[in-house]
Amino acid sequence: MAKTKEVLVSPIFANNPIALQVLGICSALAVTSSMTVAMVMSIALTVVCAFSNLFVALIRNHIPSSIRIIVQMTIIASLVIVVDQLLKAFAYEISKQLSVFVGLIITNCIVMGRAEAFAMKNPPMPSFIDGIGNGLGYSVILLAVGFLRELFGAGSLFGIEILTKVTEGGWYYTNGMMLLPPSAFFIIGGLIWAIRAKYPDQEEAPEFKIAPNARASEA
Amino acid sequence: MSSSNESIKKTLVVALSLCVVCSIVVSGAAVSLRSMQQANAEEERKRNILVAAGVYDASESIADQFGQFETRVVDLDNGQYVDWSAEQVAAWDMYKEAGNPENSVELSKDEDIASIRRQAKYATVYLYDGDKDGTADRLVLPVQGYGLWSTLYGFMALENDINTVAGLTFYSHAETPGLGGEVDNPAWKAQWNGKNVYRDGEVALRLVKGGATPGDQYGVDGLAGATLTGRGVTNLVQFWLGENGFQPYLNNLKEGKI
Repeated sequence: MAKTKEVLVSPIFANNPIALQVLGICSALAVTSSMTVAMVMSIALTVVCAFSNLFVALIRNHIPSSIRIIVQMTIIASLVIVVDQLLKAFAYEISKQLSVFVGLIITNCIVMGRAEAFAMKNPPMPSFIDGIGNGLGYSVILLAVGFLRELFGAGSLFGIEILTKVTEGGWYYTNGMMLLPPSAFFIIGGLIWAIRAKYPDQEEAPEFKIAPNARASEA
Repeated sequence: MSSSNESIKKTLVVALSLCVVCSIVVSGAAVSLRSMQQANAEEERKRNILVAAGVYDASESIADQFGQFETRVVDLDNGQYVDWSAEQVAAWDMYKEAGNPENSVELSKDEDIASIRRQAKYATVYLYDGDKDGTADRLVLPVQGYGLWSTLYGFMALENDINTVAGLTFYSHAETPGLGGEVDNPAWKAQWNGKNVYRDGEVALRLVKGGATPGDQYGVDGLAGATLTGRGVTNLVQFWLGENGFQPYLNNLKEGKI
């Protein structure tokens, strides 16, 4: 039981797929300009990650290693199409905003990474929980970034106004850069810094030592 | 066990059965959810008619608001309303019928500036009479044309002078998000309002690359990084408001013939 909890919780902060493994950055930049979209994307990715892990783990003993990547991709792609169809039926507005990004969950490295690294070697239940855990880890970062971007970029959260904008007679000058993708880079960078300050063992050893600046010596 | 996994037979069996299972799941989801998706798409289309006409109110139901519109079908050839029953009008889908050889015409290369290949003979238009004085205040026309990746479907609304644009929206397209997809940007769409369509009987309304000069009554700013989408938008506006599109009908309206 203790192991289950660790599988579920450790990807959220201690072994976060975005902050530690630096995977899935593409969608973290693209869909975090508002909380609603970030939330739906998080749920979609968590569902896909959990079920792809489950199905890969179920048939892991029968997957020939020569086609294992294709098998994983097929499972992930099918799940993503199902999620996309569900969104179009039940959350049409949001599915329009997410447009191509739901389809891009197929290429999200987190889903594929967990299928390859965890589900291929573990039984279905722990794999399913690992998928949820990693989905939550992704969600935490996505929602944190979405929170900062929407709050400072548009002065609102989930579309509800928090800081009254100058354009509407208030005091808050919106920071337009926050709504552009580069701001997500800065925020994710800051979050990684904060997490690694809390868990210093996450810091990676430098791959090479930078040499002192070489100077041409006089002949 | 793992060694037997590597045989060619096992590989083929796994690959085939996986494909069968996955295709059943995917097609099952697509088929069972289709009616709901279509209902959503229809609602979105109606909402866009309201938005184009500039009368959309998010707090009221779309069906109620759409009820204020009168739906008519126009014969594009002579620009007259067709004499159909309400059911026939409601059932007419001009984009579906464009694929039906009996009800559509093939466009020659010179005519087909919007790259739609075939055009239905009859088109559905929506009239909005807000003040109930018997003459329509807003006229909503369907427009369609090829951009960069996809066919854009939208509506253009005209004021009752049949020359001033009241709004333009697109409800379905697959242009690049952030570039051509900016056709959905409200700030850009707002520029269309108040522009004029015809100059000396020709469609003069168009996108201007690099930005329209201030005061240009016929020019709308082009979209940065979306030259081909912008060209598609210009073409579809020129086609549908031109003589193969709604111009005969609009002329009839202007001259009070219908």
